[in-house]
Amino acid sequence: MSVTQTVSRPKPGAAVGRRRLPRWWPLVLAAVILLGLSVLRLVTGADDLLSSGTVRATLIALVPIMLAGLGGLWSERAGVVNIGLEGMMILGTYGAGYFGYHYGAWAGVVGAIVLGMVGGLVHAIATVIFGVDHIISGVAINIIAVGAVQYLASRTFVGLPGGGQTQSPTLPDVQAITIGPLSDALGDLEGKDVFLVSEIAAVLRALVTDLSLLVVLSLLLLVVTYVVLWRTSFGLRLRSVGESPAAAESVGVAVLRYKFAAVLISGGLAGLAGGFLAMVASSNFRDGQTGGRGYIGLAAMIFGNWRPSGLLTGSGLFGYTQTLGLRQGGSSVHALLLAVAVLALALAAYQVYRRQARLGVVLGVVGVALLGLYLAIDEVPGDFTSMTPYVITLLVLAFASQRLRMPAADGQIYRKGSAG
Amino acid sequence: MIDRLDPRLVRLGLGIAAPVLAIVLAFAITSLVLIVAGDPVGEVWSTILSWPQPRNQANIINNATVLYLSGIAVAIGFRMNLFNIGVDGQYRVAAFAAAAVAGEAWLPGYLNTLLAIAAAVLVGAAWAGIAGLLRATRGVSEVIATIMLNFIATGLVAYLLRKVAVRSEGSNSLGTKQIPEGSRIPGFQIGDGAATEVYGFLFVAVLVGAGYWFLLNRTRFGFDLRATGRSNSAAVASGISVGRMTVGAMMISGGVAALVGLPILFGDAYSYGSTFQSGLGFAGIAIALLGRNHPIGIALGALLFAFLDEQSNPLQIIADVSPDIVAITQGVIVLTVVISYEVVRRYGLRLEQARVAAQLRAAAPVDPSGPTESSKEVSA
Repeated sequence: MSVTQTVSRPKPGAAVGRRRLPRWWPLVLAAVILLGLSVLRLVTGADDLLSSGTVRATLIALVPIMLAGLGGLWSERAGVVNIGLEGMMILGTYGAGYFGYHYGAWAGVVGAIVLGMVGGLVHAIATVIFGVDHIISGVAINIIAVGAVQYLASRTFVGLPGGGQTQSPTLPDVQAITIGPLSDALGDLEGKDVFLVSEIAAVLRALVTDLSLLVVLSLLLLVVTYVVLWRTSFGLRLRSVGESPAAAESVGVAVLRYKFAAVLISGGLAGLAGGFLAMVASSNFRDGQTGGRGYIGLAAMIFGNWRPSGLLTGSGLFGYTQTLGLRQGGSSVHALLLAVAVLALALAAYQVYRRQARLGVVLGVVGVALLGLYLAIDEVPGDFTSMTPYVITLLVLAFASQRLRMPAADGQIYRKGSAG
Repeated sequence: MIDRLDPRLVRLGLGIAAPVLAIVLAFAITSLVLIVAGDPVGEVWSTILSWPQPRNQANIINNATVLYLSGIAVAIGFRMNLFNIGVDGQYRVAAFAAAAVAGEAWLPGYLNTLLAIAAAVLVGAAWAGIAGLLRATRGVSEVIATIMLNFIATGLVAYLLRKVAVRSEGSNSLGTKQIPEGSRIPGFQIGDGAATEVYGFLFVAVLVGAGYWFLLNRTRFGFDLRATGRSNSAAVASGISVGRMTVGAMMISGGVAALVGLPILFGDAYSYGSTFQSGLGFAGIAIALLGRNHPIGIALGALLFAFLDEQSNPLQIIADVSPDIVAITQGVIVLTVVISYEVVRRYGLRLEQARVAAQLRAAAPVDPSGPTESSKEVSA
C-alpha cells in the first residue's frame, strides 16, 4: 500500500470511533482564542493583537474569504470542484464596480452576484453538461475572467471621474450600523487595559461600530447555508448528489439539475465575495483586487472539513493573520510566533503521550525552532508578514488533512443515466 | 459516406477536427463579445490575423520559447494527473536564484552560465518538491499547495531581492547584479535589422521538448508515470511507489519550470528585478491543454498564444480596442478545446459503434468470429 492510498482514504475506525465534538464547540473555541490572545498580549506586549481596530479589520478580511469558501461549499457538496471561484470573484468585483457606480450601492451588490453567477453558469455548462474536468474548467474561467474584466474595465471606466483602465470611480457605500452610546462605553472599557475585559470589550465594540450591512448579510448567508444544506430535503438531496450520484439518481433525484443549481449558487456567492471586496473592503473596483482570496476561500473550506462552522473558523484564521500582516505586522506576527511555538510543543507532548513518537518529535523540533526564532529576532520583516496566511494554510493542511473527509463523489464527472 | 472510409483516416480527421473546432469556436465567442461591446470586429481580426513583420516574428518566436517551456513543465504533471499550478512561483524563484548566482560570476564565461542554470533547476525542483512531498506524505491537494507556494514565492523573492539587490544607475527599480557579458547567451538573427534577434535559448527549449518525449515514451520512469496517471490502483498493483512518483514528477516538472524565466534572463534582461515578467505559468496550463500534452502540440499552442499576444499589441492604436481582448480568446480556447475533444470523442465513438453494428449485421448469423473481432476494435 502506498502512502497516498492510506492518506486519501481514512481508516474506517478512525472516523467513526472518534468522539464527535459537542454542538457548542465554536463558542468554546472562541472563548479559548480570546483567553489565549489576552495572555499572549500580556506576555509579549504586542498591543494590536486584539484591539477593536484589529477585530474590525479581521471581520472585513474574513468575509470575502468566507463567502468564497461558502461558494466552494455549495458546489463541492454537490460534487463539483470549483477552482474557478477566483475568476468568479474577479467578475464580481467588476459587477460591483459597474452597477454600483451607475445604479447605486445595492444594485452593485446584485450586479456582483449576477456576474459571479455568469461565471458559475460557464462552469456548470462545462462540467455538468460537457463533462469537462472540473479543475481544467476552473482554470479556464480564471484566465477568461482576468481578461474579460480588464477588457471591460478599459471599455467602460475610461473617462469617468476617477476611473481608468484598471479601476472604477469611487463607489457608493452600503449602509453601516453604529450603536453610538454602546460603542463609546465599550471604547472606554477597552482603553482601561484590564486583562481579558478590555479584549472582550474590543470585540463587542467592533461589532457595534460602523458594522457594514453586507457583513451582517454574509454571516446570515452562512447560517442559511447550514440550514438549507443540513436541515431541508433540498439540501439532503443536494448532498446526496455529491456523495453518490448513482444512488441519488436511482431514487429519483435529478442529479444534473441539482449540480447545475449548486454551481450557480456557488458562482453567486463568489461574485458577492468580489463585490464585498470592491465596495466594503475598499472604495472602488481595482484590477487584481482579489489577490488569490478565491483560492484561500477554497483552502478555508477544506480546512473546515466541508462544513460551515469549520469554514468560519478557517476564514477567521486566514482573515486574522492577513490583518496582522497589514497592521503593525512586524510585532504582532512576532508575538504570534510564540503562540504557534507553544502550540506546537503542546501538540508534540500530546502526540508523545499518544505514542505517536515520530510525529511528536517532528512537532517538537518545529516548536523549538520557532521558539528560537522568536527569541532571536525582534520583528518579522514585512515580506514575511504578507506571506503568513499562505504559510498557515500550508501548515494547517499538512497537519489536518488526514482528519478531513470530502464528499465521496467530489470532482467526479457524472453522466446522466449512469445509475442504470 | 463516412463509414466507408478507412477508420485510421477517420481517426486522423477527428484528431484535427477537435483543435480546429476549438479555435473557430473561440474566435466566434470573442467576436460576439466584441459585437456586444460595440467594437469594430473586422478591424480587430484584420489587425490580429495580418502577417507579422520580421520584428514581430522574432518577438513571437521568443515569447513562444518561454511559453513552450512553461507548457512542457505543466504537461509533465498532467501526464500523472497532477496539476502543477505552481509553475509561476517555481520559475520566479528559480530565475531569481540563477540571476543571483550568475551575477556573482564565481566561474568564468559559460561555466558560470551552466552553474546558474543548474542552480535554477535545483531551486525550481526543490520548490515544486515541497508540494509533491505534502501530497505524497500528508495528502494535501497539490492544486492548493502549489497556489499557496506561488504567493509565498512572491514574498520570499521580494525579501531576498531586497537583501542582495543593487540599485542600477539612473533607475528606481531594484535588481540583482548584471550578468557578465561572457556568460550571456547570444541570440541569432532571423531577418534584417537590430530587433530581429531570437533567443539562443530556443535550442535548449527544443532539447527539453525532445527530452520530454523521450522520458515519457521511452523510459521505465515515463511508463510508470503514465501508468500512475491512468490508474492509481493499477500502478500500485504493479509495484510502483505512487508517493515516490508524485515527488519525482513534481520535481521534474519544477526543474523544467525553472527554465521558463531563463531565456529572458540570459538573452534580454541580464538581471532579475522587481519588474521581471510574471504570469507565464498560467499561460503554460492553457498551452499544455491546447497541445494535449504532446511536445509538438504544445509547440503549436505556444506559437498560437505568442502570436495572439504579439499581434494584439497595436490594437489600441489601430482600432481603439483594449488588447486584453485576446486574453478572453485564450481562456475560451482552453474551454472549447476540452469541450470539442469531448464532443469529437463522443461523435467518434458513435461512428465506431455504427460501423461495428453494420459489420455485425452483415456477418452475424453465419460467422460468430466476426463480431468478436470487431468488438475488440471498439474497446481498443
